[in-house]
Amino acid sequence: MSEKVGVEYNVDGGNFTRAGYASSEIKKILKKLNVDMGIIKRTVVATYEGEVNIVAHAYSGTIYADIDTERVRIVLRDEGPGIPDIEQAMEEGFSTASSQVREMGFGAGMGLPNMKKNADVMNISSEVGKGTTVEIILYFKQIASS
Amino acid sequence: MTGEVFHHALKFRTEVCIGCSHCMNVCPTRAIRIQGGKAMLIGDRCVDCGKCYNVCPVGAIIVEQDDFRRIFDYKYRVALIPNVLLGQFPEIVSISQICSVLMGMGFTHIFEVEHGTRLLKDAMGKIVGEKDRKRPLISSFCPAIVRLIQVRFPMFADNIILLKTPLDVSAAYYKKKLLDQGAAPEQIGVFYITPCAAKIAAIKSPVGEEGSSITGVINMDFIYNKIYTSVKQGHKAEKSCSLPAMERLGAGEMLWTLTEGESQQMPGRALAIDEISNVIEFLEMMENEEVTDIDFLELRACDQSCAGGILTSGNRFFTVERLRKRAQLVESGADEMLYQNRGESIADLAGYLRAQLSVDRVKPRSMDKLDEDMGKALTKMRRVQEIMNSLPHVDCGICGSPTCNALAEDIVQGEADIRQCIYVQKKMEQQGELPCAESMEIMKAIWGEKKFE
Ligand SMILES: Nc1ncnc2c1ncn2[C@@H]1O[C@H](COP(=O)(O)OP(=O)(O)OP(=O)(O)O)[C@@H](O)[C@H]1O
Ligand code: SF4
Ligand SMILES: [Mg+2]
Repeated sequence: MSEKVGVEYNVDGGNFTRAGYASSEIKKILKKLNVDMGIIKRTVVATYEGEVNIVAHAYSGTIYADIDTERVRIVLRDEGPGIPDIEQAMEEGFSTASSQVREMGFGAGMGLPNMKKNADVMNISSEVGKGTTVEIILYFKQIASS
Repeated sequence: MTGEVFHHALKFRTEVCIGCSHCMNVCPTRAIRIQGGKAMLIGDRCVDCGKCYNVCPVGAIIVEQDDFRRIFDYKYRVALIPNVLLGQFPEIVSISQICSVLMGMGFTHIFEVEHGTRLLKDAMGKIVGEKDRKRPLISSFCPAIVRLIQVRFPMFADNIILLKTPLDVSAAYYKKKLLDQGAAPEQIGVFYITPCAAKIAAIKSPVGEEGSSITGVINMDFIYNKIYTSVKQGHKAEKSCSLPAMERLGAGEMLWTLTEGESQQMPGRALAIDEISNVIEFLEMMENEEVTDIDFLELRACDQSCAGGILTSGNRFFTVERLRKRAQLVESGADEMLYQNRGESIADLAGYLRAQLSVDRVKPRSMDKLDEDMGKALTKMRRVQEIMNSLPHVDCGICGSPTCNALAEDIVQGEADIRQCIYVQKKMEQQGELPCAESMEIMKAIWGEKKFE
């Protein structure tokens, strides 16, 4: 059986003070696992964007990470308004952020595109009125097919 | 010398150590454990910041220095003095008085380290201004920070500006100057009067640089006491005694080693952060977010930067105030005319010095990883998680490790036993799994027999 480690963190909607906690903890784990620094950086940046999205756009959520020798997989699941048009949300610069959020330096509409850029795989599913789930995967070695 | 070697410049005198664990609790890189009633250092994790030195109540931690008499092995005995040495004393103690004491001790030449910043400022500014650089660029000034980045933030090793420190530039300059005047290399001894342990460690085993022009290091507190004694005994400065005839230091050069000393002179958006916990907090944040809109970071291990170096004696806030005042005087041209402007300048050797300004790449050597092999690291991580479930998360340190998590990792690495945890012991005693006598033995192994007499 190949080894695996899993961790889970809760995220509060609206609490920007704590935004970044989960990504920071995941980073510490990856450092302890001797994961390549470039991959850590990409994982953390992508997770951070997802975490901030939960804080900024949803009510509450959990971030789950599992890591084996091949890859790190992060699932960000929230209860929130959901995303009506995912394709549109993925566009660079598209944002529905309130002026309040913009004042805090977020809301450039770059979060989701940035996640996609940094992850090897990204899947989003969302149900309006219920919530959103984003899954990202980063592989430790370049796989042949990519 | 008896006693355990602590690490590089910081040495631990086991015979003096009372095993109070103060040092373990303040170590920002969690490099200290208690065993057999004594503090033990994990050398690879130590960055020589000296936090432990500051809190030791019995003076068990000392800063290694060269035997002062070594200066007499050389015909030319150069004292490289940092500005913070001058800032230790109230204004009534004049620079000539300080120099006079140093000459009286046997030095033949005195040179201020900050002269070296003149060439560096331009070289650094140029690098910071270059377009395709990994940002933010980080100053290589504070050796404790360079090591911290190596062991805890290897991700930023390539952000460090690969230039010599002002100290190395000044040492190289003065050596060359004496050589040009006809001195033989083996006749020149360049001694640095250091405010900190990190500088010593860096000189003895430079991180990104081959060799050093510095012959030896003298601790600043040693010199401070000499000067203070002399002043108290009413010795006056000798007339003939003054700093070498140099172009005077500019205000910016004087303030270089204080907080914002570099950042204020760099182009673009520059930030200065002092005190190692603040630096760690900032670098952790930088790991999480993409910070590319800051051009330059000045990071210093000590509060108030070198004015707060562990070997300084004066109050750091007064030191800063005095140096700032002096810099103002220099700026307004109203200083005591200490530097006779005879035109000699470090810039005279600019070409020679510039050619050797760069240093080798700073190699990351992460200390965080549980194992080189990822599969093994994962297994260990799983075990750490399991162990953490039975630990109380209070970080009391009774087990001899600084935190519960540190104990869990120590156990996984085979360095500790879960029964070192006092909570686990109590539970096991209650369930009849651990005889009292045995748990006593475990505590004695950590804290020493003496504490239980
Ligand atoms: N978890 C989520 N729940 C609901 N809506 C979301 C969620 N994540 C993203 N969105 C929607 O998608 C849009 C685009 O997200 P994206 O992260 O790209 O930009 P942003 O969050 O608005 O700004 P930035 O991330 O640049 O600060 C958001 O404005 C929001 O409408
Ligand atoms: S801030 Fe200055 S005194 Fe303190 S460790 Fe760094 S170089 Fe040494
Ligand atoms: Mg976003």
